[in-house]
Amino acid sequence: MPNVFTFSDVIHLLPWIVVALFAVLIPVFDVFAKPETGRAYAGYFALIGIGVAFLLNFLQWGDAPASCFSGMLAADAFGMFFNAVVLLAAALTTLLAIGYFQEHGLHRGEFYGLMLMALSGMMLMGMATDLISFFIALELMSIPVYALAAYMRHRNESVEAALKYFLMGAFSTAFMLMGIAFLYGAVGSTGFAEIHKHLSGSGASALSLLGVVFVLIGFTFKTAAVPFHMWTPDVYEGAPTPVTGFMAAAVKAAAFAAFIRVFAVAFEPVKLGAFGWYNIIWILAVLTMTLGNLAALVQDNVKRMLAYSSIAHAGYLLIGFLTITQAKDGNGAASLLFYLLGYAVMNLGAFGVVILFGRNGDENLDLTKGWKGMGAKAPALAVAMTVFMLSLAGIPPTVGFMGKFYIFKSALDQGLVVIAVLGVLNSLISVYYYLRVLVTMYMKPADGENDVQPMASLPVSLAVVASVALVLWLGILPSGALAAAQAAVASLF
Amino acid sequence: MNLQDIHLLSLLTFLPLLGALIIALLPGEEKGMIRLFSMVWTSLIFVLSLGLLAGFRSGTAEMQFVEVMEWIPQFGIGYRVGVDGISLLIIMLTTFLTPIVVLSAFSAVEKGVKGFFFSILFLETGMIGTLVATDVFLFYIFWELMLIPMYFLIGIWGGDKRIYAAVKFFIYTMVGSLLMLVALIYLYVVHGEQFGKTTTDLLELTKTALPVQAQILMFAAFALAFAIKVPMWPFHTWLPDAHTEAPTAGSVILAGVLLKLGTYGFLRFAIPLFPVAAHYAMPILAALAVVGIIYGALVAMVQKDVKRLVAYSSVSHLGFCMLGIAAMNVQALEGSIYQMLNHGISTGALFLIVGVIYERRHTRLISEFGGLSKVIPAFAAFFMITTLSSIGLPGLNGFVGEFMILLGSFRSESLPYAQVFTILASTGVLLGAIYMLWMFQRVMFGEVTNEKNKDLKDLNLREYFVLVPLILMMFFMGLYPNYFLRKMDASVENLVKIYNAKLVARTAGVLPDSPKPMVKLSELERDGRKIVIP
Repeated sequence: MPNVFTFSDVIHLLPWIVVALFAVLIPVFDVFAKPETGRAYAGYFALIGIGVAFLLNFLQWGDAPASCFSGMLAADAFGMFFNAVVLLAAALTTLLAIGYFQEHGLHRGEFYGLMLMALSGMMLMGMATDLISFFIALELMSIPVYALAAYMRHRNESVEAALKYFLMGAFSTAFMLMGIAFLYGAVGSTGFAEIHKHLSGSGASALSLLGVVFVLIGFTFKTAAVPFHMWTPDVYEGAPTPVTGFMAAAVKAAAFAAFIRVFAVAFEPVKLGAFGWYNIIWILAVLTMTLGNLAALVQDNVKRMLAYSSIAHAGYLLIGFLTITQAKDGNGAASLLFYLLGYAVMNLGAFGVVILFGRNGDENLDLTKGWKGMGAKAPALAVAMTVFMLSLAGIPPTVGFMGKFYIFKSALDQGLVVIAVLGVLNSLISVYYYLRVLVTMYMKPADGENDVQPMASLPVSLAVVASVALVLWLGILPSGALAAAQAAVASLF
Repeated sequence: MNLQDIHLLSLLTFLPLLGALIIALLPGEEKGMIRLFSMVWTSLIFVLSLGLLAGFRSGTAEMQFVEVMEWIPQFGIGYRVGVDGISLLIIMLTTFLTPIVVLSAFSAVEKGVKGFFFSILFLETGMIGTLVATDVFLFYIFWELMLIPMYFLIGIWGGDKRIYAAVKFFIYTMVGSLLMLVALIYLYVVHGEQFGKTTTDLLELTKTALPVQAQILMFAAFALAFAIKVPMWPFHTWLPDAHTEAPTAGSVILAGVLLKLGTYGFLRFAIPLFPVAAHYAMPILAALAVVGIIYGALVAMVQKDVKRLVAYSSVSHLGFCMLGIAAMNVQALEGSIYQMLNHGISTGALFLIVGVIYERRHTRLISEFGGLSKVIPAFAAFFMITTLSSIGLPGLNGFVGEFMILLGSFRSESLPYAQVFTILASTGVLLGAIYMLWMFQRVMFGEVTNEKNKDLKDLNLREYFVLVPLILMMFFMGLYPNYFLRKMDASVENLVKIYNAKLVARTAGVLPDSPKPMVKLSELERDGRKIVIP
């Protein structure tokens, strides 16, 4: 194995390089910009970077999978699929952020720099094939997101959210690192292929199993799965809304990308058996979706409700996770990929509407107050919100339904009838709280005291329209995205 | 011009949606324009659907006007639509009722006119789509699609407890649908394993050989979804709330078409897909149907609110439909389908009549009325005919359906204790006459006791236009049922034939794990039909 990287490695990594370059350039530009000019330009500049990266990523789609940087990263369809998902999420987030910070103040260029920095980490997460490169990617993603959560620094909730996220995140990262150390101790290597060989060969040692469990703990934190979900509601509620959307859509997708590669590829041999991760995840999936859905039922704050809904969706995603390697045709993992794509779009769209329903000084997050009568006040936005809520609830013809259909189909393909039925009953519970949003908007008249008029913002509206279009398009004509997800999974094994 | 070539079914399915989108683009203040447009558009769709009736060939049980397109090739999901004798008339009922409903809502709906007519047209797409889909996935999409506009119709334009009723309606229906979805996916997976090729084509899926145990569970899931929709006792509790709180137009569509999709689901999906399990379940279905008939009638009798009374009468009437299905012979099934149409016409008309009086008095309590026939004689006449149609007076439509169901189920060979069920069910006819006539008497006859009723206005021209088509239909269907029945003959006979053949195949041990014999071969042959084991 050569120790130097080659030119082709750089070519494979071009989308990432573009994003990283823009992440560095934007704060530099920001220093020279006059204070009186707005900062929307930085957002549009970031959009250009994301667009170029997306295009480059798209052009590389279909290339033969390659191992880069001495086996540290893999440039394959799986990585590219997740690159596309996180780039899409980042583009929508940027549009949301431009409108949000124009309304609420504190519009600085470094926001976009930090976001792109996190984005570059996410892109590496999907490509990492070594525990070291994976860990660096994880930190590259996490640390800017801590800062983003604290971005509204004059607001106590934002700071509290960031601190909570940081402390809990550091805690889980420590677990993760400990697990990696154990594994390195047991295997003598950090490459996924070597770990796979070791675990399937002589039989897993106690040390390596402990490592697997510790890494799992780290992942349950990042994917907001029970029992390490506690931070989610507070952080989602306190963080600025575009950041919340970014965390729910992109961080979750990137975490699942690495989760799949680490567990389905490296830890595949210790899946079954008494100490295997399969049973643990089975239980976690049931607990995660049930707890998320039950807690979401009683939330009045719409961001908190979406936070618990995000936990519940992590549960559905874990069902998809269970179905991954039992069939090598990759149906299960493909369902997971497709769902993550759909979830990113519908969730960011919903957060977009949440942003548009609030004004400076009153974010209007309480469902029992300012949301009443929005159906009459802002009919177009209310229709958009209806589409997102129905999609999150899994009602056709939306991507939420297609995604759930695919996940439950893969589960039943594997004979996982019990968990599929539990999942379906859970989505029934979820119908109630998603409907509640519609009830509030359409069926309750506005009261005088909380008369919030929705704000007007072209970029946010653009993001919402794009999300609606994608939710319906992926829900009605999903073939293209399904094929991409299947190709991505095929490159994994 | 060949009707096959113009994609008639797709046009019928998606033209209402197009209309809804056009309404969405019209300015919201132009209420008159929106109303007129909806009326013209739905009427045109009805005229177009007459082409379906004209081009339909009665002699064959095959799907007609078939359109097949690839949709999601990875999953073998296709856009497959077609129509046969079972769905044809229910589609016609849908296109017939929609313009009437639109016309009836001209003055009743004042706020959110745009959203209201948008929902009605959107709903029409969902209903027709559900009826024409011959692909289970497509069917499920349309089935769920119907829920959303109906939910808004109840929740936004309904009565005082509308939010409760709307959410209850939605959640109840979702319970059934989601379990059905699991069963549907399971069936699809098993079929894929057996045939090496995944598809959601209904015709292909019926060929799947399923172990009895699995069939029973899957039938239960499907039956639950449809039983909630019908609704069968004891899954009916959403119905009185939804009906009572919904605006008149919503109630008419709910009673007229949506409930029929439950019974239709049994005929199209649950029974052909899982015949053995269905056979086991028939006595249970029949028992629940009979309980529903009697329970619905008894509860209707004691209602104070006319609309609630009509809602409970629906439970009773749909019980008859289900009894006909459980009997599973040609006569009872045709009676059952006929009764679905009747119920759509008569109960739809009853809801419209209640709507007429509610618009004038803003109450529906029986005690508020009395002696109305003297004040508003034309209204009284329409009300009388509709009431008689609902209780099954010979010469009107209701009689034909009920009579055929009772006659058919009495002679049913596959249903154990068929005679007992039939005798119990026929008491429902009697009870029906009692509660309807008693209500009519209290509302219409006697002295005018309430001052407010003294100067009620009789029907206006628009209301004549709403009710006359329905009254004409009652007579037409009552006097000339053959026109309708002959269209369903081939499909219904085929359904019964395949059902029996599959049972025989089971009994003869053609398929593995055959259960103990359920039907004697001799009995099936005595029915005069030749049984071919596939």
